[in-house]
Amino acid sequence: MDTSGCTFMKVIVPVKQVPEVAEVRINPETGTLIREGVPSILNPFDEYAVEAAIQLKEKLGGEVTVVTMGPPQAKEVLLKALAMGADKAILLTDRAFAGADTWATARTLSEQIKKMEYDLVICGKQAIDGDTAQVGPEIAELLGIPQVCYVRHLEVEEDGKFVVVHRGTDEGYEVVRVKLPALLTATKGLNEPRLPNIMGIMKAKKKPLEEVTVTTLGISPDSIGLKGSPTTVRKVFAPERRKGGIKIEGTDPKAAAKKLVEFLASKGAI
Amino acid sequence: MVLIYDKEKCTGCMLCPKVCNFGAITKDGNKVRFDFDKCVLCGSCQEVCPVNAIKIERKAVDKDKIAQYKDVWVVCETAEGRVRSVAYELVTKARVLADNLREKVVAVLIGSDTSSYAESLIQQGADKVLVVDDKAFADYTTDAYTIAVTSLIAPRKPAIVLFGATGNGRDLAPRVAARLGLGLTADCTGLEIDDKRQLVQIRPAFGGNIMAEILCPYTRPQMSTVRPNVFKPRERDVSRKGTIEKVEVKINPVQIRTRVVNRVKELAEGMKPIDTADVIVCSGRGIKDPANLTLPTELAKLLDAAVGGSRPVVDAGWLPPSQQVGQSGRTVCPKLYFALGISGAIQHRIGMSSSDVIVAVNKDPEAPIFEIADFGIVGDLFEVVPAVIEELKNLQSER
Repeated sequence: MDTSGCTFMKVIVPVKQVPEVAEVRINPETGTLIREGVPSILNPFDEYAVEAAIQLKEKLGGEVTVVTMGPPQAKEVLLKALAMGADKAILLTDRAFAGADTWATARTLSEQIKKMEYDLVICGKQAIDGDTAQVGPEIAELLGIPQVCYVRHLEVEEDGKFVVVHRGTDEGYEVVRVKLPALLTATKGLNEPRLPNIMGIMKAKKKPLEEVTVTTLGISPDSIGLKGSPTTVRKVFAPERRKGGIKIEGTDPKAAAKKLVEFLASKGAI
Repeated sequence: MVLIYDKEKCTGCMLCPKVCNFGAITKDGNKVRFDFDKCVLCGSCQEVCPVNAIKIERKAVDKDKIAQYKDVWVVCETAEGRVRSVAYELVTKARVLADNLREKVVAVLIGSDTSSYAESLIQQGADKVLVVDDKAFADYTTDAYTIAVTSLIAPRKPAIVLFGATGNGRDLAPRVAARLGLGLTADCTGLEIDDKRQLVQIRPAFGGNIMAEILCPYTRPQMSTVRPNVFKPRERDVSRKGTIEKVEVKINPVQIRTRVVNRVKELAEGMKPIDTADVIVCSGRGIKDPANLTLPTELAKLLDAAVGGSRPVVDAGWLPPSQQVGQSGRTVCPKLYFALGISGAIQHRIGMSSSDVIVAVNKDPEAPIFEIADFGIVGDLFEVVPAVIEELKNLQSER
């Protein structure tokens, strides 16, 4: 697929619209989430994935397709990715998709991706609402391709057949080489995601955005969404709110330190 | 669950007989033949087939079949030839769950030259240890470990499988779950057994703003990754007896599709990773200069603690990314957490608010970190921390 000596990279980026979790609260009486007034954003880890895909395209030539599964308003995050520089977008939206756990989500997204051509799939490390970090590896398995998680650095080898990445570990990173096609999950440090400019925002509205339903996807509604999810949420509740304890103010540092050490010893913490 | 073999599609490449750990696939002319008495539906052949001629369809387990799934398993993570502490925490918890179910605890120990640790897992509470000891498992790779875990699970039918929610655990567990078509709950902080003998998996979501109870009603095993440091390992009983079973899992090199070219340690000599540390000394903007990190480092040494940083400290390159606490870094729950010069923005609190004891030192009396600190000192960290170090030294010399 070489075009004028360039390596043409087809990259798919699955993304998620998430609430700005810092502002999510629970209603203590009903035990349900208060979502009103909470802004929706493109999952921050997905921004690294979108940026990485666009940078590959700019460097090597190629095409970036963003895919999301969600309600109709999830289109907003696709438009943002298009405004950043992605070429095409796919919105998987259907009532049958709703209520999916990570497995059913991965299954739905992978069924879509199977219909497309790709060299790389890049996901964010995790979504900041669920924090599971499971959908990426589950998509990789369902596509039957290798995965490398927590990618901080990405290079494509000259022939365009392998990538070399830095995978973040507890103590540093591993340099991992993997043959394409592969799935990567992006973490902080991979790049600085760009802000869409006015031109980008204007262009985004004209770029192809395809809507896919369970019928057009062609899978059984029983195998996806709430019905197809092996896990179910039995209950949600507010965590016990942590309260401040002792606060020392205006004491000389020595006396304060002494009190702290006594406190820690009494708690068995030291 | 059924395996569907499409003979038409099969090109006779003979990869699948090579990767089958159960001898269920044999050459049959220029195609293959499946022995369904031997096949456990582990999925290795499906994964390796280049033309998708093998398909495994998995359906929910029937209610009466759920009872066939027994025992609580812990997949014990090894690193640099040793069992990680999270494995002992999970075996301790698994013991409680298994006693409740009147079933056994099985520890899965995969590694290279790590089988000598099997006894320690029995002493910790395991009834049985499944040991896979081979050079192919010296370093963690997604592919080799997925094959090993799935080929252990598929024929033995455990009711529950627990993984540590570490970097590698969270890479491995979803891969295994997807291969076997199972539910998986991430990063649990609580586990219980309900009156229907189901595993209740409790986990934070939305940055810890809510807690959720999650069940896996239709599939077995029930699988969870569990956050390190949440369950405390109990004292080992050296007189405890159990069985050790060595299992051979063959890995064909073609099955490992990633290659670790190099490992880079960014932590200075003697520095501990924050992930599994019991005590973390974390610095924020208030530390002002990278040279000043010697102060928290000295405190950390006294407490055998890890040195962490808030986002600005890591973004400035003063500490490696592995040491960042917070939403864009890591979530930690040590027994003791020091927040030095950290104001405590919500994104930081998301990463540390479940610590057992929180100590905060900050100049600003209005800093939000004080709202959650068990012990707060309003003051200059450059005066307070040296005084704390002094006091700790006094205490340690007294002891």
